[in-house]
Amino acid sequence: MNPLAAVGRTTLHAVAAVGRITLFTVSAIVHIFRAPFYPRQFAIALMQIGWLSLPVVGLTSLFTGGALVMQIYAGGARVNAEAVVPQIVAIGMVRELGPVLVGLMVAARVTAAISAEIATMKVTEQIDALITLSTDPMRYLTVPRVLAGILVVPLLVAIGDIIGIMGGYGVATGSLGFSPAAYLRNTVNFLEPLDIASSLIKGTAFGLIATTMGCYFGINAGRGARGVGRATKSAVEATAVLILAANFALTAVIFSL
Amino acid sequence: MITVTNLFKSFGETPVLRGATLTLSKGKSTVVIGKSGSGKSVLMKSILGLVQPDSGTIMQDGAPLDRTRFLDDFGMLFQGAALFDSLPVWQNVAFRLLRRMPKAKARAIALEKLGRVGLEADVADRLPAMLSGGMQKRAGLARAIATNPSVLFFDEPTTGLDPIMARAINDLIRDIVRETHATTLTITHDMTTVRTIADTVMLLEQGKVHWQGTVSDLSETRDETLRAFIA
Repeated sequence: MNPLAAVGRTTLHAVAAVGRITLFTVSAIVHIFRAPFYPRQFAIALMQIGWLSLPVVGLTSLFTGGALVMQIYAGGARVNAEAVVPQIVAIGMVRELGPVLVGLMVAARVTAAISAEIATMKVTEQIDALITLSTDPMRYLTVPRVLAGILVVPLLVAIGDIIGIMGGYGVATGSLGFSPAAYLRNTVNFLEPLDIASSLIKGTAFGLIATTMGCYFGINAGRGARGVGRATKSAVEATAVLILAANFALTAVIFSL
Repeated sequence: MITVTNLFKSFGETPVLRGATLTLSKGKSTVVIGKSGSGKSVLMKSILGLVQPDSGTIMQDGAPLDRTRFLDDFGMLFQGAALFDSLPVWQNVAFRLLRRMPKAKARAIALEKLGRVGLEADVADRLPAMLSGGMQKRAGLARAIATNPSVLFFDEPTTGLDPIMARAINDLIRDIVRETHATTLTITHDMTTVRTIADTVMLLEQGKVHWQGTVSDLSETRDETLRAFIA
């Protein structure tokens, strides 16, 4: 076997997959603005992606905020900079950890659920049934989920940011001797509108990635239980990698502003 | 009338349809039989547009098949019923009706169709997962006939059912086809289905129609391939 041919084949497959995913994403976004719209499906997606993700997002952010305070306090103590703990926790949570953690939690919870559900619909011919009932799967299955992801994940990120900061606040004031009023004042005064905007922009991008990947891999699932399993695994892997890559790209763009 | 001419379809290097040609006569029940892998499902999916054929033509009443218009007047019973898991049974049946009329009217028609296929009104609000396989098939049949379509497709309607339920489904399909005068295409392995509902029988072999005739022709055939299949 020619190793060069294998590399070429793999590269072509990868480029083709990127092309298909890009076309799917563009199609999903374009279809948001086209009738018919399915409000019931949208409401269900809002509930599943937003409301039902709150506990996992809240707990993850709370523990991360608490741990972050201890790490920054320990590091800061080496250079007598313990006083900047509130500011660094705030910027760390809002600009970086909040969006990434929420994005990854949504990938684990929502992307997996979406891809498994749609893949199961594919293997049980429910998607074929939709088509024979004159219903476009893109409009009925993908658009409500993608729109809900774009709208609700930034909100989850904002909630995660606040809970993370409050987790840090609890540890800092409870066991590290920080003044509650000073901690909050330092946090609020330090954050700039761009910090919050960057958090919400990342949330929107991650919501788009998580829901689009779930739908794409679900609709393109192979046959049987194995097909469903592979689709779910691929969707979660692709979402996690794309979220981290998008986070880097967005951070670089926002950092340059 | 739906006419399929010289349909070819390959998946990679594997040819599945190799010049399939057939006619579904208006108001008649056509049943396609054949071994697994003979191309029955691909043929049906090609007509529905779920699979894109490599070449060949599909015409309806002398003009190229307009799928949007075709599907608007079409119903199908899938092999596994393919009911939507997240919707109660009545909303599955009324799926298309809910876009055309108020909810109360759509529900009333759904209940009437469920009654037509022998399901009590108390199943209407259950989720499909709470029904037996036979009940799911009946609900799928109710969904297929909900809008009184003029074209009906049945994909392996009795697969996975016990003989009594299979006979009940066959009888239901026969009665519905007679009542509605729909143009129907059924693919099956089940010779009881063939004998119960077919006006025309076709044997698909290696991707094309190998034999065609009526139910009474079946017993008199000397075609070895067909005899091996129906034995």
